[in-house]
Amino acid sequence: MEAKTKVHAEDGKQEIVITREFDLPLALLFKAYVEADIVEQWMGTKVLKLENKKHGSWQFETSDPKGNVVFKANGTIHDFIPERQIIRTFQIENTGFDAQLEFLDFEALTADTSKLTMQIIYRSVALRDQMLKLPFAQGLNMAHNRLQDIVTKLK
Amino acid sequence: MNLRRDVFQAIADPTRRAILLLLATSHSMTAGAIASNFDTARPTVSKHLQILTECSLLKQEQNGREIYYHINAKKMKEVADFIEPFRNMWEERFNKLESIMKKYKSK
Repeated sequence: MEAKTKVHAEDGKQEIVITREFDLPLALLFKAYVEADIVEQWMGTKVLKLENKKHGSWQFETSDPKGNVVFKANGTIHDFIPERQIIRTFQIENTGFDAQLEFLDFEALTADTSKLTMQIIYRSVALRDQMLKLPFAQGLNMAHNRLQDIVTKLK
Repeated sequence: MNLRRDVFQAIADPTRRAILLLLATSHSMTAGAIASNFDTARPTVSKHLQILTECSLLKQEQNGREIYYHINAKKMKEVADFIEPFRNMWEERFNKLESIMKKYKSK
């Protein structure tokens, strides 16, 4: 099966473009970005604040099973056009990563399908590359931890 | 293009990533020495080594009767943009969004 989500990251550019076609009408796709309780479900994070309006702001927080906060992010909403566009900033707190600017364009393909184009702009090419590699690095860390577990068992 | 996908399939597996990590810190090792670092059965480790070698992430070198494995730095660098795990992260999120909203629709 062909991958539905496409990531376009040109060498030397400070942006990433993510596109995805959904088997959902535009209204439902947009709703998934607007309703806090739905955002919580698919993003896997708690939504502390989500003001869907021009000059609004948002705040997410994720805790581990013990209740320790492991992820905090926030940003402001620059523009909000229902079923068409959200322009916002995004910053992960306490990591030293600079804020990024996100343009989310929503469009209907047919009555039952829709498309999201997400353009993310970073402060530098280096930061873009770092964010792109983050999920791989996390996977590698997991592998490393597993390796350490194995090594510890051998001792 | 096919080869590229193979490389990402190769590094998507946690055991294979652990093998790469092990070799990244210890230059070259025999299959036996690599296998001794894992709980996994020896033939399973051999299969992982075969996959990593086939997509050129590892190189084999004959030294006497032993075959040593080491990382192919050039190939590792080629896939150094490691986009696939990033794409996967979004793919999983969007799949979840889609299935949640499909249920929402039928409510």
